Amino acid sequence: MAVTNNAMLIRRDLLTHFIKLLIEDNLADVDRIPLEMRPKNESSIRCCIYKDRAVLKYKLMGMLGFSSRDEVDELIPLSDYARKAFNGEVQSDKILTVVDEACSSCLKINYMVSNMCRGCVGRPCMVNCPKEAIKIVDGKAKIDHNICVNCGQCMKVCPFHAIVYIPIPCEEACPVNAISRDEDGVEYIDSSKCIYCGKCLSACPFGAIVEKSHLVDIFRTKKSGKPLVALVAPALAGQFGGDLGRIIHSFKMLGFSQVYEVAYGAEETARLEAEELKESLNAGEKFLTSSCCPSYTMLVDKHLQELKPFVSKTATPMHYSAVKARELFPDACTVFVSPCSAKKREAMDDANVDYVLSFEEYGAWLVAAGIDLNNIESETISEPPIAEAREFAISGGVTNALRVALNSSNLNDTQVNGIDKTSIRLLKSFVKNPEANYVEVMCCEGGCVGGCNVITNPKVATRQIKNGKK
Amino acid sequence: MEKKVEVLVCYGTLCHLMGGSDLQLLGELLPLDLQGKVDLKGAPCLNFCNEVDNGKPPFAVVNGRKIEQATVKKLIQEIRVELEKK
Repeated sequence: MAVTNNAMLIRRDLLTHFIKLLIEDNLADVDRIPLEMRPKNESSIRCCIYKDRAVLKYKLMGMLGFSSRDEVDELIPLSDYARKAFNGEVQSDKILTVVDEACSSCLKINYMVSNMCRGCVGRPCMVNCPKEAIKIVDGKAKIDHNICVNCGQCMKVCPFHAIVYIPIPCEEACPVNAISRDEDGVEYIDSSKCIYCGKCLSACPFGAIVEKSHLVDIFRTKKSGKPLVALVAPALAGQFGGDLGRIIHSFKMLGFSQVYEVAYGAEETARLEAEELKESLNAGEKFLTSSCCPSYTMLVDKHLQELKPFVSKTATPMHYSAVKARELFPDACTVFVSPCSAKKREAMDDANVDYVLSFEEYGAWLVAAGIDLNNIESETISEPPIAEAREFAISGGVTNALRVALNSSNLNDTQVNGIDKTSIRLLKSFVKNPEANYVEVMCCEGGCVGGCNVITNPKVATRQIKNGKK
Repeated sequence: MEKKVEVLVCYGTLCHLMGGSDLQLLGELLPLDLQGKVDLKGAPCLNFCNEVDNGKPPFAVVNGRKIEQATVKKLIQEIRVELEKK
């Protein structure tokens, strides 16, 4: 997510340090990263620099695909894990993991009486509590958390705003209740429920949720001499100043032999989805929903089966462009450049996509390689895709592309712009009462420009994509 | 004519990655009373990132003064400081 906080900046800094070593082919020095980032005699963020360093170590382990909980011998250095990962000896299918050392085990208490309580005579909190969970102790209200059901009535009625709601940020952000505390009080992600939207990753103020990286795999492939093809997602056009020509050129500088725009795949998705929409409406179906957001399709598969018949069977732009790239460059390794972790999950099931590089990792790679996008040439794009295809990354963009493909302006459409508990309820209601005959669903607010791995502020990115199409 | 406060925001890739992308919104987030009083420009890497002593990115320059860890809020404060000097 683009809205920055220090936990995100630490992650980007960590990635930059790590990629520098990958460029130097010097992973043996990876043990030095925590010391470089938290040198002696500098103030610590957690209790002491030693804890800070340990957390950085475990975050790196998570990025390499090892779970800190699987650690059996604490003396095994990070460099050993890095070597294993570089040699391709990790077979973890976990994309998002919680670093137990970093998780603060946020309190499971949702409502708390603060010291602003005046112990008033009216005591509306006590009177209105449906469970009689509030008593007055030493002249102040006190909630008995064994009885409290977190309804929040007390907070609403307190005239002094003395009762506060304390969320668990990751649990609050997760739209599908896939993350919860285990018996040790540490958060755990249930992969049978997770839709890989990455909202927890952005929400955790301790940066405890780590995404597995494919960087080691990409560098291993590069070292082997196999050519790399970057599949550049439409959302990337809005990042880093928005000059797609320069972005494309930068991939060549980083060692990619080809760059293929996923917007070409988006053209294909729009064309096929338009046909599908026509056919299904002709066949008497009530409505069709988009299918290009993998978080949404996973949401349907895991939590909203009743919606399944209405989800488009058309594949995502990533898939069509990967098929095409494989055809054009059969000996190359395909790397999808992605705004979110859901795409990483989607790629795992797509034989045509070998690895995924997040926007964040790409940015950190540029910095590690000393490339400033302002100072490099811009490559001319000889056969640009249609403008609407590049706008797939913006909420409403898929619908627009479809409208163009259908050559019709009377498309009766609606958009679900961001998946949360409320929009999930709305989606459910469509089965009985569809509001429209085409529903575009984007898991992230604003579309892919708001993905969990984006760098640029979504507002700026949206503007840059729109300007770029001229 | 009153001299405008010169704000130079580093658009270098490193600053952009480390939170600088939000600074692109400074122009439209300027409070009403500051509008028209600021000369806002973006620049390629200002090279502050090469020296650890310069502090942390993102960087900006307000009337020649280097600002580290710049945020929209911080820059607005610094612009006010400059306007009060006169």
